[in-house]
Amino acid sequence: MDFDALLLARIQFAFTISFHIIFPSFTIGLAAFIATLLVRWRMTGRDHLLRLARFWTKVFAVSFAMGVVSGIVMSYEFGTNWSRFSLVVGNVLGPLLGYEVLTAFFLEATFLGIMLFGWQRVPPGLHVLSAILVALGTSLSAFWILSANSWMQTPAGHEVRDGIAYPVDWIAVIFNPSFPYRFAHMFTAAYLTTSLVVLSVGARYLIGGRYLEESRTMMRMGLGMVALLAPLQVLIGDQHGLNTLKFQPAKIAAIESHWDGSHPGSLVLFAIPNSSEERNDFEIAIPNVASLILTHELDGLFPGLKEFKPDDRPPIFPVFIAFRLMVGIGVLLITIGWVGAWLWLRGRLFDTRWYLQAVQYAWPLGFVAILAGWYVTEVGRQPWIATGVLRTADGASPVGFGAVLIGLILFVLVYGVVFSTGIYYINRLIEFGPKGMAAAASEGMPSRPLSAAEDAAHVAMEET
Amino acid sequence: MDAIAYWLPLVWAALIGTAVALYVILDGFDLGLGILFQLEPKEKCRDLMMNSVAPFWDGNETWLVLGGGGLLVAFPLAYAVIMPGLYLPILIMLLGLVFRGVAFEFRWAAKPSHEFWDTAFSWGSIVATFMQGVVLGGYLQGIEVKDKAFAGGSFDWLAPFALFTGIALLAGYALLGATWLVMKIDGPLAEDARGWAKKLLLALLVLMVIISLWTPLMFERIAGRWFAWPNILYLSPVPIATAIVAWACWHGLNTGREVMPFFCAVGLFLLGFLGLAISNVPYLVPPSITIWDAAAVPQSQIFTLVGVLVMLPVILGYTVFVYWTFRGKMREGEGYH
Repeated sequence: MDFDALLLARIQFAFTISFHIIFPSFTIGLAAFIATLLVRWRMTGRDHLLRLARFWTKVFAVSFAMGVVSGIVMSYEFGTNWSRFSLVVGNVLGPLLGYEVLTAFFLEATFLGIMLFGWQRVPPGLHVLSAILVALGTSLSAFWILSANSWMQTPAGHEVRDGIAYPVDWIAVIFNPSFPYRFAHMFTAAYLTTSLVVLSVGARYLIGGRYLEESRTMMRMGLGMVALLAPLQVLIGDQHGLNTLKFQPAKIAAIESHWDGSHPGSLVLFAIPNSSEERNDFEIAIPNVASLILTHELDGLFPGLKEFKPDDRPPIFPVFIAFRLMVGIGVLLITIGWVGAWLWLRGRLFDTRWYLQAVQYAWPLGFVAILAGWYVTEVGRQPWIATGVLRTADGASPVGFGAVLIGLILFVLVYGVVFSTGIYYINRLIEFGPKGMAAAASEGMPSRPLSAAEDAAHVAMEET
Repeated sequence: MDAIAYWLPLVWAALIGTAVALYVILDGFDLGLGILFQLEPKEKCRDLMMNSVAPFWDGNETWLVLGGGGLLVAFPLAYAVIMPGLYLPILIMLLGLVFRGVAFEFRWAAKPSHEFWDTAFSWGSIVATFMQGVVLGGYLQGIEVKDKAFAGGSFDWLAPFALFTGIALLAGYALLGATWLVMKIDGPLAEDARGWAKKLLLALLVLMVIISLWTPLMFERIAGRWFAWPNILYLSPVPIATAIVAWACWHGLNTGREVMPFFCAVGLFLLGFLGLAISNVPYLVPPSITIWDAAAVPQSQIFTLVGVLVMLPVILGYTVFVYWTFRGKMREGEGYH
């Protein structure tokens, strides 16, 4: 593949995977949230918990459908666009993806049918179990996918013969050095993202004076998670960073835009990295703080970019900027969580208008942080597609420029229409809220499935 | 070649064949309903058609992931050759599936202005089906390989045969969809579906005969496989069984049977699948890469095979459970207010 087709293939993969990750980021946590609501409802018998569960199930259905269809695309793109990669690492990565399908994908896809349409078809206990199994499926899916991705970052348990990677020790492959950190980081991020959306929607209803009981529950559950998980995420992220320093030092050097490894690293707040002169332009930095974070000593040393051949360095600016965006949002989330917790303790959470106003717009923050984080780790892995095993430039398919270009254009058009419409529908579902759910439950016909969103459509028709 | 290196790839080929066959049958009737949307403009009937598969479609589609993923697990070389070799048909098929899949939810979220998602559901299904047929045809035509990599052009698949198999698959999936409706629905829609199924069955038989003649004429190796003595004797049950199943389907449709036509249509697909397998064994990428050439190392095949042997019965078990949960007939207009 010539350079241009390679670039297009990279853009296509980045585009499709960026769209895809948005939906699992939301549905991993949302499945668990719905299962929790249903379990609490079964234990307490409080109806508003059921109304909430049914309402969020509709949102879940629309999000999950988008995650499924964009995910199937990914499972084929490894072959269509990255066939040499598939051939070189297929013996090692193939089984991880195979286990994802076997243990997770079927589980979530099948029990989703009962979770969405089985309200009247199966006993309540079995329905709750289905929701729990869907949540389990989404988590297992994340487990295997992050294991596969982590192996690409920090390969282990394999040997390379004649340019092909062969498995030697499966436990070492699955639990490769960066996997536990990446899994904890992403899993926490997914729960945090969903919690923030729930908190945000609760605030939105409270401001409008709607669904008071439901929105208080949403705010308490969402805020509780944000207040706990946001600081926890900083600790996990720190550990993940130390792991990256050990196994992918070039990525850390790019994150810190740290050129000269013979001096302690500054915490660079802003800079334009200048690759040709190997220094930072317009730098604003706090001396020694990067060393403190990464080595826990003020004058500790860690590798700088100059220690890597220019061919072995990742693109610096995107990694540098995306990392700051992610960390900035992390700080913001801690603020949201702790200010909210303080208001909650003082009993003023539900009537502090400025807080509700601010929080109702906070819902996108988790998604942005997750995307930024993935850009850090994926761009930071370059120029390798599997670190030390295969370079990205050597992983592409022998497909012509024209075909890849047609593919990319089609993806942009289709995803543009489908996913913007989907997000519009989700927003509309949230705008309607849990209204009419109790009525819908009592008049639902026992002998046929209800589509997840149809009640909302009826509400829409009644309102117009 | 030792016994493990001989048998493991065969076991895996059978497993992937099973996954693909299950996909073709299970998503075949889902996609068939999308194709039949073209014949049924009434909103209530369309609601019913869609709802008859709404709880299953996602699980059905997962077999496609197991088929593709299984190829990567067990035969990375075949995966790395077939996917780029059929780049555009596969990509366009996936985009068709995107429209089809989201329409299951979006159509309800959009009501009452859901026309766009009706169109997306139907044309997504049609495009996905046609492209699956093109992928099949392009695969049978053969993929050019050099030095363990695809070495052909981006449009090698674009030939009359591949377009023809695309059309044949449209008829086949539509037949599965129509007989599914005969089985799952009561009332006027089911009667319409019975009429569609009869025409589709006849069309499919004509198309299958043409393909069965076309492939041996086009490929000597396939002609040799079927017509050389004594193969012709051993293999003659395949066309004979096909004729019997087709007659049973026709008879069932004419005598008011509700379940039999669907399972006969499934039987037709399985026999067609068997015929294609016979034509191409031992090639995984016809006409150059065999099952054994493409196999992953035994450690990889065994490691995943353990998971398959444990999980596949579980998966089949809960799949049956979900179908059983939503068993029985649906009636027109049911559940919509």
